[in-house]
Amino acid sequence: MDLTVAPNPFFWNADTVRSFYSTLACAPVARVVLGELVCSKRLPFWQGEIPQAIDNLQAGGKQVALTSLALITLKRERKQMAELPGLGLPVEVNDLSALHHIAPGVPFWVGPMVNVYNESTLRWLVRRGATRVCLPPELPMRSVAILANIAQGEGVALEVWGHGRLPLAISGRCYHARLHDRAKDSCQFVCDTDPDGRDVDTLDGQRFLVVNGVQTLSQAYACMADHVGQLREMGVAALRLQPQSVGFAAICADYARLLADEICADRLADNLRAAHPQMQLCDGFGRGQAGASWRGRAAPA
Amino acid sequence: MELVCPAGTPAALRAAVDAGAHCVYCGFADDTNARNFPGLNFSRAELDSAVDYAHARGAKVLVAINTFPTAGNEGLWRSAVADAEAAGADAVILADPGLLAHAAEHHPDLRRHLSVQAAAANPDAINFYASAFGVRRVVLPRVLSVDEIAAINREIDVETEVFVFGGLCVMAEGRCSLSSYATGRSPNMNGVCSPPEHVDYSQEGGDSVARLGGFTIHRTHKGAAAPYPTLCKGCFTSEDKTGHVFEDAVSLDASALVPRLVNAGVTALKIEGRQRSRAYVAQIVRAFRAVTDALDAGRAPPALALARLSEGQAATTGAYAKTWR
Repeated sequence: MDLTVAPNPFFWNADTVRSFYSTLACAPVARVVLGELVCSKRLPFWQGEIPQAIDNLQAGGKQVALTSLALITLKRERKQMAELPGLGLPVEVNDLSALHHIAPGVPFWVGPMVNVYNESTLRWLVRRGATRVCLPPELPMRSVAILANIAQGEGVALEVWGHGRLPLAISGRCYHARLHDRAKDSCQFVCDTDPDGRDVDTLDGQRFLVVNGVQTLSQAYACMADHVGQLREMGVAALRLQPQSVGFAAICADYARLLADEICADRLADNLRAAHPQMQLCDGFGRGQAGASWRGRAAPA
Repeated sequence: MELVCPAGTPAALRAAVDAGAHCVYCGFADDTNARNFPGLNFSRAELDSAVDYAHARGAKVLVAINTFPTAGNEGLWRSAVADAEAAGADAVILADPGLLAHAAEHHPDLRRHLSVQAAAANPDAINFYASAFGVRRVVLPRVLSVDEIAAINREIDVETEVFVFGGLCVMAEGRCSLSSYATGRSPNMNGVCSPPEHVDYSQEGGDSVARLGGFTIHRTHKGAAAPYPTLCKGCFTSEDKTGHVFEDAVSLDASALVPRLVNAGVTALKIEGRQRSRAYVAQIVRAFRAVTDALDAGRAPPALALARLSEGQAATTGAYAKTWR
């Protein structure tokens, strides 16, 4: 089992993007998915960094793929999508409409925003050309086991969400803009002030969600460390780690040590908490429980 | 213009047909449909009689099988498709690519509609579902403006159906795990959102509190009743702001936009609410039938006074009027 780095869902400026991917080139991960997942309006601010990031990552021995947007609606977005398969790298499909632009038989990856819940859908995607599929984070282990078995039979790599705030929803409405009393078209790019999303807490002060433009994520960070042994036995090929603004290289290193049996799940969780005292962890989806729960316990009040 | 009306029970289906529904949609009483609530939905025998009742009165029946089949248990969804065809349903409403492929292969003569749960939000997506699975109609996600719907219709050959009244998801449907994050049960897997068995109401000091999976969704002061804790309609705090971060407690009322939707090339108008009473269904269907009849006859449609039927008694035109942009 190895590690895949998810596309960064947040809005970072060009300097931050440059330094992030230049550091990541040396991290112990096998592959990186690059590109804008959440909002096409952000792309002009940092897309100039993508060619250099690809070069750095490939020079560091990483496989690189380019993601589609998670929700494609505008003409401009469809045009960008149409151009993506011509760029010479695998495309990661995070909106099924991307398949309209990928010729049958051309290999592609499937990201966690595509609803792969069962054997038939997985087989159908494989027949269409999928060579690597990251399952939706919502899936319980019993589903993962069945799908991993199918994936092995079909010769495709299956990934599971390993670490990071969970992508829970995507909307036509921008919540960052709404919180600033603006509409989406006049957002003034206010999501750039929250490099890991903007906290949304309950009226009783429970830490609950974060908004990231049109996306809503969990405030807790998923951590699948407890399940690694099980996932390996199932034949899952990779854990997916989602970028975060602070300490990501160390997080990659710790998951790599976990996969190499150099540290245990408890140690990894302790290290995460020591480096990020505010970080709440969750792993309920894998257990078939509320996603917010951690090791079978409900989220703290 | 076709009016597609909800039926959570055989009685509601008969009420909708009697009130003038051109088309009624319903589902089986299990995990296969997105309104899997206790006491709702149809047995196989009830569907058989419902189809007979509707067909005898010139109305169609669509069967929603629009959750995502569970790995290891796909047979439940496949038999739902087979049973809908056997009952004489006019179409099935599906979302899962694997199930669509199965239906296209094994039930080629059964008309396939693409559920809103598939969130096909652009012409490429729709053309893809049409060519891959022979989908004949697409229920459009509620994230689009009327202009965007018109633009989509210019680029596709299949029919479009849009929601005009009832509950409103602000997230792209079929792509939301908020409910399972708080409760472990989700629209995609279980056909439920913010399910009642995870709801807790309490009185704390002078406050009414409604929680979902332990998370506070509403806290109202001075004895005012806390609304049902649907997660995305909740009141939350973000830094210096407190309020309805995602959406106010409103429901959709696009009745005033129907003429524009017709001009945008829409084939069918859909009313949400399989969980609502037959009296509600009859009233809404009658009101919207007056609108479609007027438009079919080239008359100006009557303005509808439906506010008190809306959830929270407050309505929005959602994304259609482009205020989200």
